[in-house]
Amino acid sequence: MENRKVLKSGEFLVDEVQFNDIFIPEQFDEEQKMIAQTIQDFLDTELYPNIDQIDSPDINLMQRTLKKAGELGLMGISIPEEYGGFGQSFITQMLAGEKIGAGHSFSVAFMAHTGIGTLPIMYYGNEEQRQKYVTRLASGDLIGAYCLTEPGAGSDANSGKTSAILSEDGKHYILNGQKMWITNANFADTQVVFAKIDRDRVLSAFIVEKNFPGVVISPDEHKMGIKGSSTAQIFYNDVKVPVENLLGNRGEGFRIALSILHMGRIKLGANVLGASKKSINDSVQYANERKQFNVLISTFGAIKHKLAEQVIKTFALECAIYRLSKDIDDQIELHKASGMDKGKASVEGISHYAVEAAILKVYGSEVLDFVIDEAVQIHGGMGYSAEMAVERGYRDSRINRIFEGTNEINRLLLVDTAMKRAMKGDFDLFGRANELAAGLDTIKDNQGQDESYFEEKLRVVKNFKNLVLIIIQGASAYFDKKLILEQEVLNNLADMIMEVYIAESMVLRIQKMESMNGVDADGIYRTMLDAFVYDASDKIRKPATDAAYSFASPETGSTYKKVVETLTLVPGINVKEARRKIADKLIEANCYKF
Amino acid sequence: MKILVCISNVPDTTTKVKFIEGNKKLDVTGIQWVINPWDELSLTRALELKDDPSNGIQLVTVAHVGPLASEPTIRKALAIGADDAIRINADPSDAYFVAAQLAKIVKEGVYDLVFCGIESSDFNGSTVGGMLAEFLEYPSVSSVSGVKIENGQVNITREIDGGKEIVTVPMPVVAIVQKGIAKEPRIAAMRGIMMARTKPLNVVEPLAIDSLTEVVAYEMPQPRAACKFVDPENPRQLVELLQNEAKII
Repeated sequence: MENRKVLKSGEFLVDEVQFNDIFIPEQFDEEQKMIAQTIQDFLDTELYPNIDQIDSPDINLMQRTLKKAGELGLMGISIPEEYGGFGQSFITQMLAGEKIGAGHSFSVAFMAHTGIGTLPIMYYGNEEQRQKYVTRLASGDLIGAYCLTEPGAGSDANSGKTSAILSEDGKHYILNGQKMWITNANFADTQVVFAKIDRDRVLSAFIVEKNFPGVVISPDEHKMGIKGSSTAQIFYNDVKVPVENLLGNRGEGFRIALSILHMGRIKLGANVLGASKKSINDSVQYANERKQFNVLISTFGAIKHKLAEQVIKTFALECAIYRLSKDIDDQIELHKASGMDKGKASVEGISHYAVEAAILKVYGSEVLDFVIDEAVQIHGGMGYSAEMAVERGYRDSRINRIFEGTNEINRLLLVDTAMKRAMKGDFDLFGRANELAAGLDTIKDNQGQDESYFEEKLRVVKNFKNLVLIIIQGASAYFDKKLILEQEVLNNLADMIMEVYIAESMVLRIQKMESMNGVDADGIYRTMLDAFVYDASDKIRKPATDAAYSFASPETGSTYKKVVETLTLVPGINVKEARRKIADKLIEANCYKF
Repeated sequence: MKILVCISNVPDTTTKVKFIEGNKKLDVTGIQWVINPWDELSLTRALELKDDPSNGIQLVTVAHVGPLASEPTIRKALAIGADDAIRINADPSDAYFVAAQLAKIVKEGVYDLVFCGIESSDFNGSTVGGMLAEFLEYPSVSSVSGVKIENGQVNITREIDGGKEIVTVPMPVVAIVQKGIAKEPRIAAMRGIMMARTKPLNVVEPLAIDSLTEVVAYEMPQPRAACKFVDPENPRQLVELLQNEAKII
């Protein structure tokens, strides 16, 4: 592991790294690119020609396609070699997740199996459980599912009612309860089920096999999108689960559930990145074929605006995805170096970055929603036709804002976690925030003379960060312990924090790209950065103002307003021309190649 | 029995072609390189033949004429399943040069069956396979769409106008392959990708041979002229355009 500065989760709010400290996609090695190509080839030959049939839905075809992915070894990417996998880095796992993410309902089935269906056993299972289940899940011989949600326990997962009572002979837990929205339900061989033992206050986790008597699986739900994936309720009626199938320790279920959800969130960020790139390809290829008024619609400014926005947001998301992936890899390596078991090291490394995981999940799913919505719009009437890929993409996209923790829960979580980590002493958020608050009247944008291009961009990002701290301080001082109840203000903060993390990641990536390859001939990356930062200032200004007015007095209101204006000042640019330039590059390439 | 598959490194099909140096050279900036599709299908068929133990194939080697930068393409061939690879360290300046280099590899390695794609998807010369057979004084069969090994002989199916021709050829032989030889190119599996790291990729220096051709210039096709729409109610306008503008009546 090279010597580089790695920040703790949430610490980016108060500290900076240099461009050399982050990983960027331009650093993928030959093997990683080959894995990505294999997945692309798999989608092109095995999935896309059959996607209509899979989504009809055809559960048998979905199973056969999963098996083929297993034969290629794709289900073992995250699994150490000693359990039949290929022990790939977290960066590679994310790259694979990105490529698979363009696979519509297949992506959901695949990710549920390889992620939440398999990794709880890999991360928390004992040696026997890993040998018995993980080796076969890694090859695709078995398919996995994850059963947490109940009719009365969605976002509030710990309120589940499924019970596990130890049998009199002490050999089994008798499981009773109901789970719902279970992905892969109708073909999964193994289920990781959460239940409370003997009326415990907290959950425990169990490995349940589909064939255990008393497991009853309902027919699949009829869904808006991802129709080829199996989603159903599962009932447990006096199911005898051998005591050796308790996963982790008694009462550890909630921790398992949460850490697996962190992992799921980060990987969802990668999935939606892949889906966004595919949607952009569909958009530009249509715009380059469709003529109106005797000219291609890709020549119209209104269409260029949409294409450019799709590209800028997707590129920005990608910067943060791989920046975080490397941070996680380093955390995992640190844990391994301290002698920690590989599974445990992975889950500790991933769970550490709870703030960033929520950012990628929320930001990413909303980027995809934007991108696919505009993709439909670019297609005009055809976009509403089920013949077109974008129609499927539009329906499939919507679930990403709901599963793996709704975006609402994740917004609250990311702010709450950042503040808790700061209070725990991971980084000094409140000291810095108090310092800034003490000088509110004299806040400046700190523009220096003869700033270089990147000095200016980093200063602007620093100002955005300071504004976040000022709002946190103001809100904390006013609402005190009741801040947690002020969900609207927390949402404002979440929006600002996300924009800060993404903007900083983008600045650092482009700075690093230039340090590696010089400035690209047409300056397209700087143009993207200019447009992104220009827009980010607006996206931060509005929630900052909304939040400030929720706690400011009539006297301090105008001060906060001035502070918001000062700290969101960015250089004016001709953003119309910037977007046209980006769109032209996309239109010329006829696919996303940034 | 040993099979050699000759592979070429070509730009992927989404590449926007541009020329530089007075239209004499392809601008390779930002190009994504892939295995020539016909060669990739040949490799797939070679591996299928090896998968059947009754064919008695011990080794599938890939050979490529190209610089260091083309090694990712060779590694991909290894990941797909080739046992080893040979890179002749030279720019593939023309078909004669490439065929001469490959001939040396075939002679030294004593391969029984040599696959060449019918053409490469970049410059479409369609001549390396034939030249290679001539250098080697081996029989060659072109437009090959099927290969089977039976009783030490190769049964080859060729695409001919309106049908197929099936021929038998003794080995060694050069098969010049077109699409149809395999259904789909084999996808590199994770295990193959991991193993590609450790498979032999031998680099040999080229024979000192001059190219026989020199590119004077490349020319892009003329952009298609804009389409003019004529109102169906106005045939006179159509006649006028055909007469005075297109000058075909």
